[in-house]
Amino acid sequence: MAVQAQVKPVRWGEWWYRRQRQIAPYVFVAPFFILFAAFFLYPVIYSFLLSFQEQTGLSSPKWVGLQNYQTLLQDERFLRSIWNTTYFALGSVFIQLPLAYLLALAFNSRYARHLTHLYRVGFFFPVLTSAVVISLIFVLVLDKDYGMLNAALQSIGLPAIPWLSSTRWAMPAVIILGVWTWTGFNAFYFLAGLQGISDEVIEAAMMDGANAVQIQTRIVIPLMRPIIMFVVIQSIIGSYSLFTQPFLLTNGGPSDATLTMVMYLYFTGFRFFKLGYASAIGYSLVVIILALSLINLYFFRGFRED
Amino acid sequence: METIDVTPMVETPARRRFQMGMRTSNLLGMIVVNAILLFGIFLTAAPYFYMIVSTFKPNTEIWSWPLTFYPKSLVDPTLYPDKVTNVLGLNLYLENYRYLFAELPYVRWMINSLVLATGRSVLAIFLSSLAGFAFAKYDFRFKHVGFLLVLVSIMLPLEVLLVPLFIEMATLKWLNTYWAIIVPFAVVPFYIFLMRQFMIQVPNELMDAARIDGCTEFGIFWRVVAPVSKPAFGVLAILAFNAAWNDYLWPLIVLQDKMLYTVNLGIAVLYGPYQTPFGSILAGSFLGTLPIVAVFLLMQRQFIAGLTAGALKGL
Repeated sequence: MAVQAQVKPVRWGEWWYRRQRQIAPYVFVAPFFILFAAFFLYPVIYSFLLSFQEQTGLSSPKWVGLQNYQTLLQDERFLRSIWNTTYFALGSVFIQLPLAYLLALAFNSRYARHLTHLYRVGFFFPVLTSAVVISLIFVLVLDKDYGMLNAALQSIGLPAIPWLSSTRWAMPAVIILGVWTWTGFNAFYFLAGLQGISDEVIEAAMMDGANAVQIQTRIVIPLMRPIIMFVVIQSIIGSYSLFTQPFLLTNGGPSDATLTMVMYLYFTGFRFFKLGYASAIGYSLVVIILALSLINLYFFRGFRED
Repeated sequence: METIDVTPMVETPARRRFQMGMRTSNLLGMIVVNAILLFGIFLTAAPYFYMIVSTFKPNTEIWSWPLTFYPKSLVDPTLYPDKVTNVLGLNLYLENYRYLFAELPYVRWMINSLVLATGRSVLAIFLSSLAGFAFAKYDFRFKHVGFLLVLVSIMLPLEVLLVPLFIEMATLKWLNTYWAIIVPFAVVPFYIFLMRQFMIQVPNELMDAARIDGCTEFGIFWRVVAPVSKPAFGVLAILAFNAAWNDYLWPLIVLQDKMLYTVNLGIAVLYGPYQTPFGSILAGSFLGTLPIVAVFLLMQRQFIAGLTAGALKGL
């Protein structure tokens, strides 16, 4: 720019002024690249090599090729942990997200505007609370004999359920905890999407005589599809890193009914110190999440265009 | 007096039906929608309420049937005569809190958490927003590769890196130090992404004007772009402080010294297989949540503005 060339910077020499403009972006991103290399790239590569080795504790590593992965495929606890994690993911997608969508619809309606503030803070709150605290609260809620949930069930004439001590109910209990924690938060994503849909489209449809259900199924949901997909995939990926809640509630039990993949990784690596094998578990998790993430990346792109 | 209708409407049967429908459904809709939402708020709040109430009960009362929604000592102070204290006219059973402060290093845990969470989030916000600024507003070599790396590393949860990161910390002799908690998370790719999305909307003219006035590039970030990106910083402040304060798995792995524990780690370790001062654990959980509440209430307005103004829209 012509104007810029004529103006002399006040404090810096001309040369330095030009220089710093070129250097600045590199300085700004340098911390990212350095930390990324040291605490992401290096561990990722190191972990990959480790997954082909047998290393227990601080003993010297032994190269075993694909043996860890072969063992994994026959490891019943590992397969169990994949199933449990998937069970949780499906539970969140099919229970939590429909509820979140309905919540967002209620939120977005003009009837809710008087108490918006209360709703926003209220439904956001569980996400702010640490997983540790939520798990401890749910120890209180889910207790078989003295828990609130069973008290509520019994008050409407249903039998008490041994949530945390039965193999059948332990995972549903963790899913209930998940629904309680994240439904409100996911509703915020949906709300952001709903607010992007212009009122005119909907009013036009109403005047054409469409009822509420038709408006939802024919107009709103199709328009919301990218957001819905994004939230679904985010929930699935989030589910695969589940650890704290079942770790504190049930410690993975009873008989591995709530053992998640990250928990199995933790037990293998930090209780039994089988570091090579734990790395192989980590990489299986990477493969699963990367596959899901590629789909996710596609949707990130999709969002950026508009 | 005559009122003048400035929008002449063509009365069609469809439009009349539409407007009538709007009017009659108003009250019903209002009641139904708010009832649903308030019920949701009730379901969310009830467990918190029960937790807080339980911190004022002895363990035998927490684990008793039927459930009480107020501590018995409120009504009958003679139940635990030596443990009940009268605070502002209420007879409170404060033994759980006394145990927390007298028998456990809870204050130390709280200080640890405050130092770690503040250090970690301030550093993460500063460095990540600086990188986000560079990705949004400059052209430089490796920019596209760099941003792709950001996106890829958002996708991978850190849980998969536990083992190698732990070994790295051991090699650096950082186990059992604050370094292990702060340094690896001093830059967060997701924050870079959010900041870039936000700052890309800041007009370049604003930056050029500052340049003409002789502002350095960092000065542009600090004095021009950062102040107009306040809502985005609000979002980051809440996310970062929350993530740092509530982190559990990583401190569990790298901290062994009880005196270095964070609040979360401390109360979680207390809740072990060997039974446990559960009332005190709940009291510790409750107090440990207060700093988050404080930060949220402080940043809340910025946060909501940030969410609606584009940080999330960019997703």
